[in-house]
Amino acid sequence: MKILTLANRNTKEILRDPLNLAFGLGFPLVILLLLSAIQANVPVSLFEIQHLTPGVTVFGLAFMTLFSATIIAKDRGSALLQRLYTAPLSAWDFVLSYTLPILPLSLIQCAICYGIALCLGLSLTIHIVWAILFILPVSLLYVALGLLCGSIFTDKQVGGICGALLTNLSAWLSGIWFDLELVGGVFKKIAYALPFAHAVDMERAVLTGNFQDAFPHLLWVLGYGLGILLIAVWVFMRQMKRQ
Amino acid sequence: MGAIKIENLTKVYKNVTAVNHLSLSIEQGELLSLLGINGAGKTTTIKMLSCLTKPTEGDALLLGKSIVTDTSEVKAIIGVSPQETAVAPGLTALENLELICGIHNFSKNKQNQKIHELTDLLNLKEVLNRKAGKLSGGWQRRLSIAMALISEPQILFLDEPTLGLDVIARSDLWDLIRCLKGKVTIILTTHYMEEAEALSDRIAIMKDGTLLICDTAENIKKKTGTDKFEEAFVRIVKGVKS
Repeated sequence: MKILTLANRNTKEILRDPLNLAFGLGFPLVILLLLSAIQANVPVSLFEIQHLTPGVTVFGLAFMTLFSATIIAKDRGSALLQRLYTAPLSAWDFVLSYTLPILPLSLIQCAICYGIALCLGLSLTIHIVWAILFILPVSLLYVALGLLCGSIFTDKQVGGICGALLTNLSAWLSGIWFDLELVGGVFKKIAYALPFAHAVDMERAVLTGNFQDAFPHLLWVLGYGLGILLIAVWVFMRQMKRQ
Repeated sequence: MGAIKIENLTKVYKNVTAVNHLSLSIEQGELLSLLGINGAGKTTTIKMLSCLTKPTEGDALLLGKSIVTDTSEVKAIIGVSPQETAVAPGLTALENLELICGIHNFSKNKQNQKIHELTDLLNLKEVLNRKAGKLSGGWQRRLSIAMALISEPQILFLDEPTLGLDVIARSDLWDLIRCLKGKVTIILTTHYMEEAEALSDRIAIMKDGTLLICDTAENIKKKTGTDKFEEAFVRIVKGVKS
Protein backbone atom coordinates (compact mmCIF):
# COMPACT_ATOMS: atom_id res chain seq x y z
CA MET A 1 0.00 0.00 0.00
CA LYS A 2 2.77 2.43 1.00
CA ILE A 3 4.84 1.43 -2.03
CA LEU A 4 1.84 1.83 -4.33
CA THR A 5 1.07 5.27 -2.88
CA LEU A 6 4.64 6.42 -3.50
CA ALA A 7 4.79 4.73 -6.91
CA ASN A 8 1.52 6.43 -7.86
CA ARG A 9 2.99 9.80 -6.90
CA ASN A 10 6.11 9.14 -8.99
CA THR A 11 4.02 8.08 -11.99
CA LYS A 12 1.97 11.28 -11.76
CA GLU A 13 5.10 13.44 -11.50
CA ILE A 14 6.55 11.76 -14.62
CA LEU A 15 3.40 11.83 -16.74
CA ARG A 16 2.49 15.41 -15.87
CA ASP A 17 5.70 16.75 -17.33
CA PRO A 18 4.90 17.46 -21.01
CA LEU A 19 8.60 17.23 -21.93
CA ASN A 20 8.64 13.66 -20.65
CA LEU A 21 5.74 12.73 -22.91
CA ALA A 22 7.26 14.55 -25.87
CA PHE A 23 10.63 12.81 -25.55
CA GLY A 24 9.57 9.49 -24.10
CA LEU A 25 6.86 8.80 -26.62
CA GLY A 26 7.24 11.38 -29.36
CA PHE A 27 10.94 10.99 -30.11
CA PRO A 28 11.00 7.20 -30.74
CA LEU A 29 7.90 7.57 -32.93
CA VAL A 30 9.47 10.41 -34.94
CA ILE A 31 12.56 8.25 -35.51
CA LEU A 32 10.41 5.31 -36.59
CA LEU A 33 8.42 7.45 -39.02
CA LEU A 34 11.43 9.35 -40.34
CA LEU A 35 13.62 6.32 -40.99
CA SER A 36 10.70 4.44 -42.54
CA ALA A 37 10.17 7.40 -44.87
CA ILE A 38 13.88 7.29 -45.82
CA GLN A 39 13.64 3.53 -46.42
CA ALA A 40 10.65 4.05 -48.71
CA ASN A 41 12.75 6.35 -50.89
CA VAL A 42 16.01 4.41 -51.20
CA PRO A 43 16.53 1.27 -53.26
CA VAL A 44 18.66 -0.62 -50.69
CA SER A 45 17.60 -2.18 -47.36
CA LEU A 46 18.68 0.32 -44.72
CA PHE A 47 15.86 0.63 -42.23
CA GLU A 48 13.44 -2.21 -42.83
CA ILE A 49 10.59 -2.02 -40.38
CA GLN A 50 11.05 -5.53 -38.89
CA HIS A 51 14.73 -4.69 -38.25
CA LEU A 52 14.25 -1.08 -37.15
CA THR A 53 11.31 -1.42 -34.71
CA PRO A 54 13.01 -3.66 -32.09
CA GLY A 55 15.96 -1.25 -32.04
CA VAL A 56 13.75 1.80 -31.60
CA THR A 57 11.85 0.14 -28.73
CA VAL A 58 15.18 -0.42 -26.94
CA PHE A 59 16.44 3.08 -27.76
CA GLY A 60 13.20 4.61 -26.35
CA LEU A 61 14.01 3.12 -22.96
CA ALA A 62 16.96 5.53 -22.62
CA PHE A 63 14.29 8.16 -21.92
CA MET A 64 12.89 5.99 -19.11
CA THR A 65 16.33 6.20 -17.50
CA LEU A 66 16.16 9.96 -17.87
CA PHE A 67 12.69 10.06 -16.24
CA SER A 68 13.60 7.95 -13.23
CA ALA A 69 16.99 9.61 -12.73
CA THR A 70 15.44 13.09 -12.94
CA ILE A 71 12.70 12.44 -10.40
CA ILE A 72 15.14 10.84 -7.92
CA ALA A 73 17.70 13.63 -8.34
CA LYS A 74 15.01 16.32 -7.98
CA ASP A 75 13.60 14.64 -4.85
CA ARG A 76 17.08 14.39 -3.35
CA GLY A 77 17.56 18.12 -3.89
CA SER A 78 14.23 19.04 -2.29
CA ALA A 79 12.97 18.87 1.27
CA LEU A 80 10.22 16.42 0.21
CA LEU A 81 12.54 13.43 0.48
CA GLN A 82 13.62 14.69 3.91
CA ARG A 83 9.97 14.68 4.95
CA LEU A 84 9.47 11.19 3.55
CA TYR A 85 12.58 9.95 5.36
CA THR A 86 10.89 10.92 8.64
CA ALA A 87 7.84 8.82 7.71
CA PRO A 88 7.60 5.10 8.54
CA LEU A 89 9.04 3.95 5.20
CA SER A 90 11.88 1.53 4.53
CA ALA A 91 14.67 2.02 2.01
CA TRP A 92 13.07 -0.71 -0.14
CA ASP A 93 9.79 1.23 -0.22
CA PHE A 94 11.69 4.08 -1.86
CA VAL A 95 13.64 1.86 -4.27
CA LEU A 96 10.55 -0.02 -5.44
CA SER A 97 8.43 3.12 -5.73
CA TYR A 98 10.99 4.66 -8.10
CA THR A 99 11.38 1.42 -10.07
CA LEU A 100 7.83 0.09 -10.45
CA PRO A 101 6.21 2.99 -12.38
CA ILE A 102 8.80 2.74 -15.16
CA LEU A 103 8.02 -0.90 -16.00
CA PRO A 104 4.40 -0.38 -17.20
CA LEU A 105 5.43 2.86 -18.90
CA SER A 106 8.10 0.90 -20.81
CA LEU A 107 5.51 -1.68 -21.88
CA ILE A 108 3.14 1.05 -23.08
CA GLN A 109 5.92 2.87 -24.95
CA CYS A 110 6.97 -0.40 -26.61
CA ALA A 111 3.38 -1.36 -27.51
CA ILE A 112 2.76 2.05 -29.11
CA CYS A 113 5.96 1.72 -31.18
CA TYR A 114 4.80 -1.69 -32.43
CA GLY A 115 1.33 -0.27 -33.11
CA ILE A 116 2.86 2.42 -35.35
CA ALA A 117 5.18 -0.16 -36.93
CA LEU A 118 2.13 -2.26 -37.87
CA CYS A 119 0.69 0.79 -39.63
CA LEU A 120 4.02 1.15 -41.44
CA GLY A 121 3.90 -2.39 -42.76
CA LEU A 122 5.18 -4.69 -40.00
CA SER A 123 3.53 -8.12 -40.28
CA LEU A 124 1.09 -8.91 -37.48
CA THR A 125 2.32 -12.02 -35.64
CA ILE A 126 2.11 -13.36 -32.09
CA HIS A 127 5.85 -12.69 -31.82
CA ILE A 128 5.06 -8.98 -31.38
CA VAL A 129 3.45 -9.81 -28.02
CA TRP A 130 6.59 -11.70 -27.00
CA ALA A 131 8.79 -8.83 -28.15
CA ILE A 132 6.75 -6.45 -25.97
CA LEU A 133 7.09 -8.79 -22.96
CA PHE A 134 10.82 -9.26 -23.52
CA ILE A 135 11.23 -5.49 -23.21
CA LEU A 136 10.71 -5.91 -19.43
CA PRO A 137 14.22 -7.21 -18.63
CA VAL A 138 15.65 -4.48 -20.87
CA SER A 139 13.61 -1.85 -19.04
CA LEU A 140 14.94 -3.24 -15.73
CA LEU A 141 18.43 -2.47 -17.02
CA TYR A 142 17.47 1.10 -17.94
CA VAL A 143 15.57 1.66 -14.65
CA ALA A 144 18.64 0.48 -12.74
CA LEU A 145 20.75 2.98 -14.67
CA GLY A 146 18.20 5.66 -13.76
CA LEU A 147 18.30 4.75 -10.07
CA LEU A 148 22.11 4.83 -10.15
CA CYS A 149 22.38 8.17 -11.98
CA GLY A 150 19.62 9.77 -9.89
CA SER A 151 21.39 8.69 -6.68
CA ILE A 152 24.75 10.10 -7.75
CA PHE A 153 24.06 13.21 -9.84
CA THR A 154 22.04 16.41 -9.43
CA ASP A 155 18.99 16.93 -11.64
CA LYS A 156 21.01 19.24 -13.94
CA GLN A 157 23.83 16.70 -14.28
CA VAL A 158 21.27 13.96 -14.94
CA GLY A 159 20.02 15.94 -17.94
CA GLY A 160 23.49 15.90 -19.46
CA ILE A 161 24.54 12.41 -18.51
CA CYS A 162 21.32 10.50 -19.14
CA GLY A 163 19.88 12.88 -21.73
CA ALA A 164 22.99 13.11 -23.88
CA LEU A 165 25.56 10.47 -22.95
CA LEU A 166 23.29 7.48 -22.35
CA THR A 167 21.03 8.14 -25.34
CA ASN A 168 24.13 8.36 -27.55
CA LEU A 169 25.62 5.19 -26.08
CA SER A 170 22.29 3.44 -26.62
CA ALA A 171 22.08 4.76 -30.14
CA TRP A 172 25.59 4.11 -31.45
CA LEU A 173 26.67 1.01 -29.54
CA SER A 174 23.51 -1.00 -30.08
CA GLY A 175 23.48 -1.54 -33.82
CA ILE A 176 20.09 0.09 -34.22
CA TRP A 177 21.01 2.26 -37.20
CA PHE A 178 23.78 0.20 -38.78
CA ASP A 179 25.10 -3.35 -38.77
CA LEU A 180 27.86 -3.73 -36.16
CA GLU A 181 29.38 -6.47 -38.36
CA LEU A 182 30.09 -3.85 -40.99
CA VAL A 183 32.14 -1.75 -38.56
CA GLY A 184 33.73 -4.72 -36.80
CA GLY A 185 37.02 -4.48 -34.88
CA VAL A 186 37.30 -2.78 -31.52
CA PHE A 187 34.02 -0.94 -32.02
CA LYS A 188 32.12 -4.21 -32.32
CA LYS A 189 33.97 -5.69 -29.34
CA ILE A 190 33.09 -2.68 -27.18
CA ALA A 191 29.48 -2.78 -28.36
CA TYR A 192 29.12 -6.45 -27.44
CA ALA A 193 30.87 -5.97 -24.11
CA LEU A 194 28.02 -3.58 -23.21
CA PRO A 195 24.37 -4.65 -22.89
CA PHE A 196 22.73 -2.38 -25.49
CA ALA A 197 23.62 -4.39 -28.63
CA HIS A 198 22.56 -7.58 -26.84
CA ALA A 199 19.20 -6.00 -25.97
CA VAL A 200 18.58 -5.07 -29.61
CA ASP A 201 19.71 -8.46 -30.92
CA MET A 202 17.46 -10.19 -28.38
CA GLU A 203 14.42 -8.14 -29.42
CA ARG A 204 15.13 -8.79 -33.11
CA ALA A 205 15.45 -12.52 -32.49
CA VAL A 206 12.21 -12.64 -30.47
CA LEU A 207 10.34 -10.71 -33.15
CA THR A 208 11.32 -13.34 -35.72
CA GLY A 209 10.39 -16.13 -33.32
CA ASN A 210 13.98 -17.24 -32.94
CA PHE A 211 13.98 -17.70 -29.15
CA GLN A 212 17.08 -19.90 -29.09
CA ASP A 213 19.16 -17.02 -30.45
CA ALA A 214 17.50 -14.63 -28.00
CA PHE A 215 18.42 -16.37 -24.76
CA PRO A 216 22.21 -15.77 -24.72
CA HIS A 217 21.48 -12.06 -25.24
CA LEU A 218 18.84 -12.19 -22.49
CA LEU A 219 21.51 -13.45 -20.07
CA TRP A 220 23.73 -10.47 -20.95
CA VAL A 221 20.84 -8.05 -20.41
CA LEU A 222 19.76 -9.66 -17.13
CA GLY A 223 23.35 -9.87 -15.88
CA TYR A 224 23.99 -6.20 -16.53
CA GLY A 225 20.50 -5.21 -15.29
CA LEU A 226 20.72 -7.06 -11.97
CA GLY A 227 24.36 -6.06 -11.45
CA ILE A 228 23.65 -2.38 -12.01
CA LEU A 229 20.46 -2.63 -9.91
CA LEU A 230 22.40 -4.02 -6.94
CA ILE A 231 25.00 -1.25 -7.22
CA ALA A 232 22.24 1.36 -7.64
CA VAL A 233 20.34 0.13 -4.55
CA TRP A 234 23.57 0.20 -2.52
CA VAL A 235 24.38 3.75 -3.70
CA PHE A 236 20.79 4.92 -3.09
CA MET A 237 20.76 3.52 0.46
CA ARG A 238 24.17 5.06 1.16
CA GLN A 239 22.93 8.44 -0.05
CA MET A 240 19.79 8.02 2.08
CA LYS A 241 21.92 7.52 5.20
CA ARG A 242 24.18 10.44 4.31
CA GLN A 243 21.20 12.74 3.82
CA MET B 1 4.15 13.33 31.85
CA GLY B 2 7.34 13.76 29.80
CA ALA B 3 6.95 13.54 26.04
CA ILE B 4 10.59 14.02 25.12
CA LYS B 5 13.58 13.20 27.28
CA ILE B 6 16.90 14.19 25.73
CA GLU B 7 20.04 12.85 27.38
CA ASN B 8 23.55 13.96 26.44
CA LEU B 9 22.61 14.25 22.78
CA THR B 10 25.72 14.99 20.75
CA LYS B 11 26.44 15.28 17.05
CA VAL B 12 29.97 15.69 15.72
CA TYR B 13 30.63 16.30 12.02
CA LYS B 14 34.35 15.68 11.38
CA ASN B 15 35.93 18.35 13.59
CA VAL B 16 32.77 20.36 14.29
CA THR B 17 30.53 19.65 17.28
CA ALA B 18 27.09 20.70 16.02
CA VAL B 19 25.26 19.64 19.21
CA ASN B 20 27.17 19.22 22.44
CA HIS B 21 25.77 16.99 25.23
CA LEU B 22 22.26 18.40 25.08
CA SER B 23 19.98 17.30 27.93
CA LEU B 24 16.39 18.46 28.14
CA SER B 25 12.90 17.28 29.10
CA ILE B 26 9.72 18.41 27.38
CA GLU B 27 6.24 17.77 28.79
CA GLN B 28 3.31 16.43 26.78
CA GLY B 29 1.42 19.22 25.06
CA GLU B 30 4.21 21.69 25.72
CA LEU B 31 5.53 24.05 23.05
CA LEU B 32 9.26 24.54 23.28
CA SER B 33 11.08 26.99 21.04
CA LEU B 34 14.69 26.44 20.12
CA LEU B 35 16.44 29.75 19.60
CA GLY B 36 19.95 30.50 18.51
CA ILE B 37 22.01 32.26 15.89
CA ASN B 38 22.98 30.42 12.69
CA GLY B 39 25.02 27.31 13.44
CA ALA B 40 23.70 27.05 17.00
CA GLY B 41 22.62 23.44 16.43
CA LYS B 42 18.83 23.90 16.25
CA THR B 43 18.26 22.12 12.94
CA THR B 44 20.76 19.35 13.80
CA THR B 45 18.85 18.76 17.06
CA ILE B 46 15.57 18.45 15.13
CA LYS B 47 17.22 16.16 12.55
CA MET B 48 18.42 13.85 15.32
CA LEU B 49 15.06 13.88 17.11
CA SER B 50 13.23 13.08 13.87
CA CYS B 51 15.64 10.19 13.07
CA LEU B 52 17.08 11.92 10.02
CA THR B 53 20.57 11.74 11.43
CA LYS B 54 22.08 9.48 14.09
CA PRO B 55 23.55 11.06 17.20
CA THR B 56 27.27 10.58 17.74
CA GLU B 57 26.58 10.16 21.42
CA GLY B 58 23.57 10.17 23.76
CA ASP B 59 19.93 9.39 23.06
CA ALA B 60 16.46 10.85 23.26
CA LEU B 61 13.23 9.12 24.21
CA LEU B 62 10.08 10.25 22.42
CA LEU B 63 7.09 8.92 24.35
CA GLY B 64 9.45 6.26 25.65
CA LYS B 65 10.83 5.29 22.22
CA SER B 66 14.54 5.71 21.51
CA ILE B 67 15.66 7.68 18.45
CA VAL B 68 18.64 5.31 18.20
CA THR B 69 17.02 1.88 18.56
CA ASP B 70 13.27 2.42 17.88
CA THR B 71 13.38 4.60 14.76
CA SER B 72 10.31 3.00 13.11
CA GLU B 73 8.18 3.55 16.23
CA VAL B 74 9.45 7.12 16.57
CA LYS B 75 8.68 7.86 12.91
CA ALA B 76 5.10 6.67 13.46
CA ILE B 77 4.43 9.27 16.19
CA ILE B 78 6.16 12.35 14.81
CA GLY B 79 5.37 14.97 12.19
CA VAL B 80 8.03 17.16 10.64
CA SER B 81 7.71 20.40 8.75
CA PRO B 82 11.22 21.03 7.38
CA GLN B 83 12.80 24.45 6.94
CA GLU B 84 12.17 24.43 3.19
CA THR B 85 8.64 23.69 2.03
CA ALA B 86 8.46 19.96 1.46
CA VAL B 87 5.72 19.34 -1.08
CA ALA B 88 5.51 17.25 -4.26
CA PRO B 89 5.39 20.01 -6.90
CA GLY B 90 3.69 18.03 -9.65
CA LEU B 91 0.80 16.93 -7.43
CA THR B 92 -2.17 19.04 -6.40
CA ALA B 93 -2.51 20.14 -2.78
CA LEU B 94 -5.18 17.44 -2.33
CA GLU B 95 -2.93 14.75 -3.83
CA ASN B 96 -0.10 15.84 -1.53
CA LEU B 97 -2.34 15.28 1.49
CA GLU B 98 -3.52 11.94 0.06
CA LEU B 99 0.13 10.93 -0.40
CA ILE B 100 0.88 11.33 3.30
CA CYS B 101 -2.37 9.54 4.27
CA GLY B 102 -1.39 6.63 1.99
CA ILE B 103 2.08 6.43 3.51
CA HIS B 104 0.48 6.15 6.96
CA ASN B 105 -1.94 3.46 5.71
CA PHE B 106 -5.11 5.47 6.49
CA SER B 107 -8.42 3.96 5.40
CA LYS B 108 -10.38 5.87 2.73
CA ASN B 109 -12.82 7.14 5.37
CA LYS B 110 -10.11 8.32 7.72
CA GLN B 111 -8.25 9.91 4.81
CA ASN B 112 -11.32 11.90 3.75
CA GLN B 113 -12.06 12.92 7.33
CA LYS B 114 -8.48 14.10 7.98
CA ILE B 115 -8.27 16.00 4.69
CA HIS B 116 -11.59 17.71 5.44
CA GLU B 117 -10.39 18.60 8.94
CA LEU B 118 -7.00 19.98 7.83
CA THR B 119 -8.51 21.82 4.89
CA ASP B 120 -10.82 23.65 7.28
CA LEU B 121 -8.13 24.29 9.87
CA LEU B 122 -5.64 25.74 7.38
CA ASN B 123 -8.18 27.26 4.96
CA LEU B 124 -6.79 25.22 2.09
CA LYS B 125 -10.08 24.74 0.25
CA GLU B 126 -9.40 27.33 -2.46
CA VAL B 127 -6.05 25.77 -3.44
CA LEU B 128 -6.92 22.11 -2.96
CA ASN B 129 -7.03 21.32 -6.68
CA ARG B 130 -4.10 23.49 -7.69
CA LYS B 131 -0.63 22.08 -8.33
CA ALA B 132 1.55 22.53 -5.24
CA GLY B 133 4.49 23.72 -7.33
CA LYS B 134 2.42 26.64 -8.64
CA LEU B 135 1.29 27.87 -5.20
CA SER B 136 2.79 30.95 -3.51
CA GLY B 137 5.35 30.49 -0.75
CA GLY B 138 2.73 31.13 1.94
CA TRP B 139 0.33 28.51 0.57
CA GLN B 140 3.13 26.00 0.11
CA ARG B 141 4.14 26.55 3.74
CA ARG B 142 0.56 25.97 4.92
CA LEU B 143 0.32 22.83 2.82
CA SER B 144 3.66 21.65 4.17
CA ILE B 145 2.38 22.08 7.74
CA ALA B 146 -0.90 20.35 6.85
CA MET B 147 1.16 17.42 5.55
CA ALA B 148 3.04 17.30 8.86
CA LEU B 149 -0.23 17.37 10.83
CA ILE B 150 -2.35 14.98 8.79
CA SER B 151 -0.65 11.88 10.18
CA GLU B 152 -1.96 12.85 13.66
CA PRO B 153 1.51 13.19 15.18
CA GLN B 154 1.86 13.26 18.93
CA ILE B 155 5.08 15.21 18.57
CA LEU B 156 5.50 17.91 15.94
CA PHE B 157 8.73 19.51 14.76
CA LEU B 158 8.38 22.88 13.08
CA ASP B 159 11.68 24.09 11.64
CA GLU B 160 11.35 27.85 11.07
CA PRO B 161 7.70 27.53 10.03
CA THR B 162 7.11 31.23 9.36
CA LEU B 163 10.29 31.91 7.41
CA GLY B 164 9.49 34.06 4.38
CA LEU B 165 5.81 34.49 5.20
CA ASP B 166 4.03 37.84 5.02
CA VAL B 167 2.49 39.39 8.14
CA ILE B 168 -1.01 38.00 7.58
CA ALA B 169 0.16 34.50 6.73
CA ARG B 170 2.40 34.55 9.81
CA SER B 171 -0.46 35.69 12.02
CA ASP B 172 -2.69 32.89 10.64
CA LEU B 173 0.03 30.36 11.31
CA TRP B 174 0.48 31.63 14.87
CA ASP B 175 -3.27 31.12 15.43
CA LEU B 176 -2.97 27.57 14.13
CA ILE B 177 0.01 26.81 16.36
CA ARG B 178 -1.91 28.20 19.37
CA CYS B 179 -4.80 25.85 18.48
CA LEU B 180 -2.41 22.89 18.57
CA LYS B 181 -0.87 23.81 21.91
CA GLY B 182 -1.83 21.42 24.66
CA LYS B 183 -2.90 18.74 22.18
CA VAL B 184 0.42 18.10 20.44
CA THR B 185 3.93 18.41 21.84
CA ILE B 186 5.71 20.92 19.62
CA ILE B 187 9.36 21.81 19.13
CA LEU B 188 9.72 24.93 17.05
CA THR B 189 12.86 26.58 15.79
CA THR B 190 12.78 30.23 14.84
CA HIS B 191 14.92 33.32 14.37
CA TYR B 192 12.02 35.60 15.34
CA MET B 193 12.18 36.55 19.02
CA GLU B 194 8.60 37.82 19.13
CA GLU B 195 7.41 34.52 17.69
CA ALA B 196 9.16 32.49 20.36
CA GLU B 197 7.92 34.81 23.10
CA ALA B 198 4.32 34.80 21.86
CA LEU B 199 3.94 31.08 21.29
CA SER B 200 6.23 29.17 23.64
CA ASP B 201 5.68 27.64 27.03
CA ARG B 202 9.46 27.51 27.39
CA ILE B 203 12.37 28.73 25.29
CA ALA B 204 15.71 26.98 24.92
CA ILE B 205 18.61 29.13 23.72
CA MET B 206 21.55 27.38 22.05
CA LYS B 207 24.96 28.61 20.98
CA ASP B 208 27.67 26.55 19.24
CA GLY B 209 25.71 23.37 19.94
CA THR B 210 25.44 24.02 23.68
CA LEU B 211 22.25 24.76 25.58
CA LEU B 212 22.70 28.07 27.40
CA ILE B 213 19.31 28.36 29.09
CA CYS B 214 15.85 26.79 29.03
CA ASP B 215 13.05 28.60 30.80
CA THR B 216 9.89 30.64 30.26
CA ALA B 217 10.27 33.94 28.40
CA GLU B 218 9.39 35.83 31.61
CA ASN B 219 12.03 34.03 33.67
CA ILE B 220 14.67 34.53 30.97
CA LYS B 221 13.95 38.27 30.99
CA LYS B 222 14.10 38.36 34.79
CA LYS B 223 17.39 36.44 34.88
CA THR B 224 19.00 38.84 32.41
CA GLY B 225 17.55 41.96 34.08
CA THR B 226 15.69 43.30 31.08
CA ASP B 227 12.05 43.59 30.09
CA LYS B 228 12.71 43.03 26.40
CA PHE B 229 13.10 39.44 25.27
CA GLU B 230 15.33 40.30 22.31
CA GLU B 231 17.72 42.11 24.66
CA ALA B 232 17.66 39.10 27.00
CA PHE B 233 18.53 36.80 24.08
CA VAL B 234 21.44 39.00 23.02
CA ARG B 235 22.79 39.16 26.57
CA ILE B 236 22.64 35.38 26.96
CA VAL B 237 24.26 34.65 23.60
CA LYS B 238 26.97 37.28 24.14
CA GLY B 239 27.50 36.09 27.71
CA VAL B 240 26.77 39.51 29.24
CA LYS B 241 26.13 39.31 32.99
CA SER B 242 23.17 41.28 34.35
